[in-house]
Amino acid sequence: MKQCMKQLWNGLFKENPTFVLMLGMCPTLATTTSASNAIGMGLTTTVVLVLSNMLISMLRKVIPDKVRIPAFIVVIASFVTIVEFLLKAYLPGLNESLGIYIPLIVVNCIILGRAEAFASKNKVLPSAFDGIGMGLGFTLGLTCIGVFRELLGAGEVFGIRVMPASFEPLAIFVMAPGAFFVLAMLTALQNKFKLKSATNVPGGMDSLACGGNCASCDGKTCSANHAVLAQIKEQKAAEEAAKKEAAKQEALRKAAEAKKAKEAEEAAKAAEVTAESAVTEEETTGKEEA
Amino acid sequence: MKELLLIALGSALVNNVVLSQFLGLCPFLGVSKKIKTAAGMGAAVIFVITIASAVTSLIYDGILVRFDLDYLKTIVFILVIAALVQLVEMVLKKTSPALYSALGVYLPLITTNCAVLGIALTNVQNGYGLLTSVVNGFATAAGFAISIIILAGIRERMEHSDIPKAFQGMPIVLIAAGLMAIAFSGFAGLQIGG
Repeated sequence: MKQCMKQLWNGLFKENPTFVLMLGMCPTLATTTSASNAIGMGLTTTVVLVLSNMLISMLRKVIPDKVRIPAFIVVIASFVTIVEFLLKAYLPGLNESLGIYIPLIVVNCIILGRAEAFASKNKVLPSAFDGIGMGLGFTLGLTCIGVFRELLGAGEVFGIRVMPASFEPLAIFVMAPGAFFVLAMLTALQNKFKLKSATNVPGGMDSLACGGNCASCDGKTCSANHAVLAQIKEQKAAEEAAKKEAAKQEALRKAAEAKKAKEAEEAAKAAEVTAESAVTEEETTGKEEA
Repeated sequence: MKELLLIALGSALVNNVVLSQFLGLCPFLGVSKKIKTAAGMGAAVIFVITIASAVTSLIYDGILVRFDLDYLKTIVFILVIAALVQLVEMVLKKTSPALYSALGVYLPLITTNCAVLGIALTNVQNGYGLLTSVVNGFATAAGFAISIIILAGIRERMEHSDIPKAFQGMPIVLIAAGLMAIAFSGFAGLQIGG
């Protein structure tokens, strides 16, 4: 239970996907035009993340290592399809305003990243809590950005007017350029206060399989990781081979020892037999002498 | 013909895939340090998206709609795109080593580029046929290439400028992207054929 709470805390604050890891930037910028859209997107992603984490964790011993990424993608895509149908049926308004970004949850790197880095290595319950934590962290990040953009761009929060009537809304903040500016200010503040984030900790996110920094990813880390993984695998294989070799030697040695022991035993027996015969011979000769 | 041209202009400039739809942000911010690599990435994206648009459009109309399976489109498309990128890489390696050495490095990165899946899904949502899908895919990818090359040009210039400390690195790139987005939103005023 303690570990579960730790995962929850980790996802919400310590490794917040939006502010610290800077993962999933496409939906972050595209769906935060208002606070309610942002919450909708965040919760939808959370549901997919929790379900896929749980299923992948259940299947972690079944999925062969070589085809794990396609397998993860199929699992995630299935859940996204299910969630899309549910949204269409029960929340058509939200589905309309999020549009194409719902099916695009499939390629959100948070989900594949957590599957690869956590769910494929841990038990079901911690994986579920990891999904909840990361998902809520993502929702929190989106909502913060969404509240900001809606406040500046329309003078409202969750559709309720909060700014005084004399406030002229800066419409650019709900439009596309505003998303870039808000994110730029956010990362600038993080740089200024030297807060932990993917943009100012070089190579600090190595707990994630890909290094976690989408913003400056040029694929090098990925190939480097693959090289490292291959090396580890080779090492393990070599170790295993060495172990096998040692076991073989041991077995051979044991067999030889057993053989030797048997031979010795036989020799001893033979010696005994000859001794006995000698004794009897002696006896007979003794008798004859007598 | 006129309609195709309208779709092409609309998706290349007016609804620019990066600057107004926020698809493919990772390569846009990540591979835009130098004009040369940006151009390579842009070319690879044009190549893959054009092929992917054709293939997904054929699969959707030929298989999914015919057998009433169109609800499987997300799963089918992502798998087809992933397999397609691998296939393109292998074919290029065998048939055209020159092109492969120019684009090869960027191809594996494109699998995770949400623009590819995004465009395949947009084509289907708008009910485009094969030809329209290919034109739309090519134009959208060309829009991506234009914007990533412009951003790379800006970043090369910014190397030598005096940027406030807090804004060094990602923040100033995001601000440049925002200013580009403002410039591109000017295209929304185009009255094509009006």
